[in-house]
Amino acid sequence: MTAIAEAPELEAYFDRTVADDQRIEPRDWMPEAYRKTLIRQVAQHAHSEIIGMQPEGNWLTRAPSLRRKAILLAKVQDEAGHGLYLYSAAETLGADRDDLTVKLIEGRQKYSSIFNYPTLTFADVGVIGWLVDGAAICNQVPLCRSSYGPYARGMVRICKEESFHQRQGYELLLTMVRGTPAQRAMVQESVDRWWWPSLMMFGPPDSDSPNTEQSMRWRVKRHTNDELRQRFVDMTVPQAEALGVTLPNPDLRWNPERGRYDFGEPDWVEFKEVVGGRGPCNAERLAQRRAAHENGAWVREAAAVSAAKRRERAS
Amino acid sequence: MTGFTAEGGHGAVPTEGVPVTPDAPAGRGSWPLFEVFVRGKRGLNHVHVGSLHAADERMALLHARDGYTRRNEGVSIWVVRSTDITASSPAEKDPFFAPSGDKVYRHPTFYSIPDDVPHL
Repeated sequence: MTAIAEAPELEAYFDRTVADDQRIEPRDWMPEAYRKTLIRQVAQHAHSEIIGMQPEGNWLTRAPSLRRKAILLAKVQDEAGHGLYLYSAAETLGADRDDLTVKLIEGRQKYSSIFNYPTLTFADVGVIGWLVDGAAICNQVPLCRSSYGPYARGMVRICKEESFHQRQGYELLLTMVRGTPAQRAMVQESVDRWWWPSLMMFGPPDSDSPNTEQSMRWRVKRHTNDELRQRFVDMTVPQAEALGVTLPNPDLRWNPERGRYDFGEPDWVEFKEVVGGRGPCNAERLAQRRAAHENGAWVREAAAVSAAKRRERAS
Repeated sequence: MTGFTAEGGHGAVPTEGVPVTPDAPAGRGSWPLFEVFVRGKRGLNHVHVGSLHAADERMALLHARDGYTRRNEGVSIWVVRSTDITASSPAEKDPFFAPSGDKVYRHPTFYSIPDDVPHL
């Protein structure tokens, strides 16, 4: 029925599809390196969502009101959902979800370094929503136009939900800065801790980021690390002013020539340490993920056996 | 700083030394894959929204509700085992659809009608 086209012809068709800003779909031919890059990107993005439940989950039982608790629960549940959409996208590329989970808990695939920082106060819940999810939105909005269809569609859903995450965080902080001096101090202290790690979320400077070019040609990355970091800073400064907090960034100032804010360099040594597995919470995050997986093993098995029995009885 | 980039949503992750090929076949207790279709509201078709793993159809529906309709995105859900879907062919656009390619007379714009004839 279908003639098997020659590889060069297939590759030309793939290149043309990407260049025309069309989407690549799961059953299309694609270069092996594209498939591998995407599995890595989507799997580690999924892992980030799943591990990302932990820092805020830490505050679920100690949220200061039922309203805040319900919101936080919904948010953490969303992160699980985001992980699901992304694992689902990774499976369309031939990955296996169980296998991805094993690679995560064995530390062979990673997740974003931002989740290796501890959440020490309830203000961190607000600051994570505002800064960390704000940075994630900067990264994720362009991914809604990723050349890989299932990933792009997953990102559309995720971005809609991230907007709730960011706004609930900002509203939480607004409530706190209108409170007591101690609450205001708690917000400032939290911003001081999260500002630089948030800037590091955009990755190394462009001059030091050799993978970017190929990913941009394949349209699985749309803007460079530095461009996205700049956008984030420009968006965030007026939000910080409205909150009345100081960003711990002595070099931060408006540059009228560029029409953008100048800001200093993050501490790339710290970045490398945390990405390399030596951050404050790396071991704890993985141990908790492993425990959840292992403690749930009997549930997964029991459900499978029960389903098999029910099928047997029905036949 | 080779080996790291900001790909995916939450930024910098390693890009080198990250294995992506599945190691072993799925173990005991692993659940089959289901495709999920959601009807957004009355009057619309069910649309494919993604997939999930579940032990059986009943659990797949519950997971689909929790995963894909947390904000009133649907009034009806279909789940079907991924292995039960038959697809046309490897490529999304290929000779399988060629038979309709040359039948322009199936479209209303193929026919020229004088401008002064109404309601056509």
